[in-house]
Amino acid sequence: MKRMTLWAVLLIALIGVIVCAVMMWRPSIKPLDTPVTADATKIERGARVVEQGDCAVCHTRPGGAYMAGGLPLVTPFGTLYTTNITPDRDTGIGNWPEEAFVRAMRKGISRDGHFLYPAFPYVHYSRMSNADISDAYAYLMSVDPVQARAPENHMMFPMNFRPLVSFWNLLFLRDDPLVPVAGQSERWNRGRYLVEGAGHCSSCHTPLNFIGGEKSSEHLGGGLVDGWHAPALTGMAQAANPWTPEQLVAYLRGEVAPGHGGAAGPMLPVSLSMAQLPRADAEAVAEYILSLSADKTAPVSSCVAAPPAATKPDQSEGAALFAGACAGCHGGGAPMRTIDGRPGLSVVSAATSDSPRNLIKTILEGIPLSTRAPSHYMPGFADSLDDAHVAALAGYLRSQACAAKPWADLEKTVTTIRHEGESK
Amino acid sequence: MITLNVNGKDHQLDIDPDMPLLYALRNHLELNGAKYGCGLGQCGACTVMVGDKPVFSCLVPAAAASGKTVRTVEGLGSADKPGPLQAAFIDAQAAQCGYCIAGMIMRAQALIETVPHPSDEQIREHMAPNLCRCGTHMRIFSAIKAVVASGVKA
Repeated sequence: MKRMTLWAVLLIALIGVIVCAVMMWRPSIKPLDTPVTADATKIERGARVVEQGDCAVCHTRPGGAYMAGGLPLVTPFGTLYTTNITPDRDTGIGNWPEEAFVRAMRKGISRDGHFLYPAFPYVHYSRMSNADISDAYAYLMSVDPVQARAPENHMMFPMNFRPLVSFWNLLFLRDDPLVPVAGQSERWNRGRYLVEGAGHCSSCHTPLNFIGGEKSSEHLGGGLVDGWHAPALTGMAQAANPWTPEQLVAYLRGEVAPGHGGAAGPMLPVSLSMAQLPRADAEAVAEYILSLSADKTAPVSSCVAAPPAATKPDQSEGAALFAGACAGCHGGGAPMRTIDGRPGLSVVSAATSDSPRNLIKTILEGIPLSTRAPSHYMPGFADSLDDAHVAALAGYLRSQACAAKPWADLEKTVTTIRHEGESK
Repeated sequence: MITLNVNGKDHQLDIDPDMPLLYALRNHLELNGAKYGCGLGQCGACTVMVGDKPVFSCLVPAAAASGKTVRTVEGLGSADKPGPLQAAFIDAQAAQCGYCIAGMIMRAQALIETVPHPSDEQIREHMAPNLCRCGTHMRIFSAIKAVVASGVKA
């Protein structure tokens, strides 16, 4: 009897080892002998797909060569560096056959068979069409090859052991292609395809669970990225300050959206990418997003933008700071407002949100100058205002936007957010 | 009363704590190097150093600079004894109308002190917030490069 138990245990262990080996091993794909070429129209289509996928936002580091990688991505599991996806044969994807590229996009496996970390959003790219992935490949293989090896990743144990990603994939990777929803317009379906596929909006706009997977029950319900709050994309048409399709298209393309703030933080490069794309892409995305209704159980901000309340005595410092440092651009009669019809700060989501995070981040870091397309700009105030000043300013702006629900512990929050930024 | 430490000297000033640092420097301490350009933090003519950072003094409340060290272009040298950056700007004839120059020098000073051997790209990026309407950017750039090449920490 004892012997049989022992055998059974051994057998189960053996099966376990085999299952693990099968799960965690992927074959290498034979490298290309000669560089591939594609015709110009295919490459042009691919450029559009790559822009839709925002590939360059992560795969180009500030000051670095286009698509040559090296951008550090700070995750709760350690820091990793984006890879070189130029067609350099040694350090990029120059010797990747299309089959290897498709596998990376759909399964998150590198050409040599190692598992890619899910910071690369293959869980979304897997839902793209074969044609789009093929075009993206043709485009990437046509950009200037750059020799650049990404720095070593610094992932914590046990996530520094890549094969464990196979278990993560089991939980979060669905590689069924998106099927158009009958009864919805072609544009709506196109928008859904862009949002859920190449655009991978939910990578930032859906909260993550403790192992870094998106909480599917709160799809597009808002997340946190690089210290910025990525607002919920659900219920935008029903919000207290609702979005119209025209406003959302303008916002998505980095233009002035009447009645709403402009893209900032990690959304700024996304909007600059969208600005390069045909307007129809942004229109499709807007139609899909505005069709998403809010989760009934999610707390709805009761903050309604009201006409500026009379300044309360405890806001006088913030009001004085606003007059000195902000009103030149954000005051009622400021040219920046009257010329392009930019809204007052009392209606922007950074001020009406339940969290002061985006307002504080914007005050501290500003909105960087873009060299890519004309866009909005704001100087950062991290070096000019101390935490007490930023807190006074944020408190004042909140009192103008949502007097009924002041933000608590502002100064402490400013200190925390400032240090998050410094540790990067 | 607030205390401002400017170019190594403490000054007691009876001013509104929210007064922009620029006004305190120019009107109360008569340090007229830093200029009022746009008043919006978008041109850089008012740039001074607070601690080791270049800031737009038109946007900094004087109280926020209290307890820190403020440095202006006057602190780097004089007409008779210009500091290394000032001398390099003169050598390169970097000033045309000169309105932006005090701010340019202070922003460059912050770079030289904090980055040991800035690359051309780093210099360009660092200097980007400061505008020169005359268009002497290339001379400003070469003046900064000259100081970087000389290895002087200024």
